[in-house]
Amino acid sequence: MIKIKGGRLFDPKNGIDEEGDIYIVDGKVRKEGAAEIEIDAAGLYVFPGFVDLHAHLREPGREDEETIETGSRAAVKGGFTSVCAMPNTEPPVDNQGVARFVKEKGEKAGYARIFPIGTITKGRKGEEISEFGDLIEGGCVGVSDDGDCVRKSDIIRRALEYAKMFNIPVIEHPEDTYLSEGGQINEGRISTILGMGGIPSISESIIVARDIEIANFVGGWIHLTHISVKDSLEKIIEGRKKQRGKITCDVTAHHLVLTEDKVKEFNSNFKMKPPLRSEEDRRALVWGLRNGVIDAIITDHAPHAFFEKELEFDLAPFGVVGLETAFSSLYTYLVEKGELELATLVMYLSSSPALLFSLPYGEIRDGGIADLVLVDLKGEWEVREDTLASKSKNSPYLGEKLRGVVVCTIVDGRIVYREGEWRRRNEGISS
Amino acid sequence: MDNGGRSLNRKDLLGIEELSREEIELILEQAEGMKEILERPVRKVPALQGFTIANLFFEPSTRTLNSFLLAERRLSADTVNVSASSSSVLKGETLLDTAKNIEAMKVDMVVLRHSCPGAPHFLAKRIDASVINAGDGSHEHPTQALLDLLTIKEKFGKIDGLKVLIVGDIMHSRVARSDILGLRKMGAWVRVCGPPTLIPLWIDELGVEVEYNLDRAMRDVDIIYVLRIQKERQKKGLFPSIREYVKYFCITPERLRQAKEGVVIMHPGPMNRGVEISPEVADGPWSVILDQVTNGVAIRMAIIYLLARRRR
Ligand SMILES: [Zn+2]
Repeated sequence: MIKIKGGRLFDPKNGIDEEGDIYIVDGKVRKEGAAEIEIDAAGLYVFPGFVDLHAHLREPGREDEETIETGSRAAVKGGFTSVCAMPNTEPPVDNQGVARFVKEKGEKAGYARIFPIGTITKGRKGEEISEFGDLIEGGCVGVSDDGDCVRKSDIIRRALEYAKMFNIPVIEHPEDTYLSEGGQINEGRISTILGMGGIPSISESIIVARDIEIANFVGGWIHLTHISVKDSLEKIIEGRKKQRGKITCDVTAHHLVLTEDKVKEFNSNFKMKPPLRSEEDRRALVWGLRNGVIDAIITDHAPHAFFEKELEFDLAPFGVVGLETAFSSLYTYLVEKGELELATLVMYLSSSPALLFSLPYGEIRDGGIADLVLVDLKGEWEVREDTLASKSKNSPYLGEKLRGVVVCTIVDGRIVYREGEWRRRNEGISS
Repeated sequence: MDNGGRSLNRKDLLGIEELSREEIELILEQAEGMKEILERPVRKVPALQGFTIANLFFEPSTRTLNSFLLAERRLSADTVNVSASSSSVLKGETLLDTAKNIEAMKVDMVVLRHSCPGAPHFLAKRIDASVINAGDGSHEHPTQALLDLLTIKEKFGKIDGLKVLIVGDIMHSRVARSDILGLRKMGAWVRVCGPPTLIPLWIDELGVEVEYNLDRAMRDVDIIYVLRIQKERQKKGLFPSIREYVKYFCITPERLRQAKEGVVIMHPGPMNRGVEISPEVADGPWSVILDQVTNGVAIRMAIIYLLARRRR
């Protein structure tokens, strides 16, 4: 049993913002109890554990870049207690066997809860839909061909229809590759100055519009992931008015903070898909979050080996790590600067994504599951290769000092991370 | 060639974007001094004896490479050439590996031609040797822009206030980007012309005017800068045919009748005669294309000298 003493309990979903003690008994949050272990949380915020709907943990296939173990260590260091693992692995998660493998590896690692996402199509080829039922039985909570868009309109239609009988999200990576091919960065002022291939905003908004049309036509659930441009938000707002299909979306932490100007230094740690967009787009995304258009903040954690990122910009792969910096970058750049309320940030990192994917976490209530994170908002840490737990170090924040330090992370009532030390929840001390 | 001990206060020359007007003026002045050397019977000075320059050309370009080589030899520098076909690049060695290896051989300067924008910037941050950008993808070609500015200055006695039209594939042209930046910095006014599919939608961010109609575009300008049209762009479907390109954008003597008296034609070479420029224009009285080639050596001598002087 654990007592968390004197922390500032902060749960936007249940309207909690008060100083007080809570207890953890049998993995549940309790108002009262006895304590074997006491955590002095004076000066710390106690948030519901964060839920990431979109991370690339690279296993199986690219264990040199990240494993489920190292990825889930990075997750809890960043305050994430649940992580959905994207299926673009090698082999991809397109059958129950691989799904089970991911799930079991997550259990064995014993840090964050790992939920596999299955592929929409077999082999991620975009031709035939996967066995959604089997994938769900293997632990999958949604399907996605992320990394690639489902190019063929009839295939995404079938997926949206078939998924209706399971009530799972079909997660689209919206990118019309006919329009984005050869692109490296956002098409706009910076791509013009740098002479780089542009990825136009319409390559995203066209697929967003297409998928919304289809979801509304068949009455399916489309989840549009890593929305990055203003036009996509407009399409989503319009599309929801029809109230036929279910239309949900998320935004990455880095698209809320960074813009295309960062690319001017040719640093490949600012190269990702979708690309960093204009300041106008970034502001629209923050607006979308504040006004409930966007359902969740994701990390799109995408580890890449150093030797692959340490190349000419055009040759480097897309993607950046984000599990460890998501909260503190958003806190430092948005909350401290007054662009976003702390409550909004915490809600879209915890309860909102949890509810969306029907995961029973993301809140602090009597009898609720004890997935919690203790954060020192005044604390500061420097993002460096040696302070990142992820196996890959391709962070856009390298060398920066961020505020909002995760001090302690609790999953299922067990302390899995505390001040630079990790402990698996399936071993050692218990509550 | 003595310039009173002035040097460029920078390690590298990566683009026109980062140069100030004063720095550009210094380079042009130094290049004028270098031209005197090129007129001498013995066209060589011992200025850079013991100074080693590596020419890394990851993209074929005989013209630019030769111009750099001549410039380096005129200054008595030692040179080593690495081209994509002869280097280990084909064996999977990265740009960084190649550069580090070359640096380990104690070179003082690297001249880099590369197909990726920012490759020289990437390299400059990671090696101690000075880096000169000899063209990075569609990004910049600063030595070309500087030799163009020198040519214009010689021809008109000034750059400030001139009107320049750049015609062709603005989208993929590093020459266009560097020239626009350089001309704007030196006070010239720039218009671009070409098929809309070859002009970036955001080009006005660079402070230029856009006109798709060549006849209208050329009416009031002092200089028409013709870009090389690469035939592979047509194959990628960016314009329907060479034939139609010629119809709308080839610079011919007939078209030039609508231009100002004394209009000057420039081209970075190599030319596609009969595509973007007719042979009569290329070899005609309007053309300063061969002056550009001569000035290329002088400008490169000046840049190498000014960067090397700082290192010493
Ligand atoms: Zn994606």
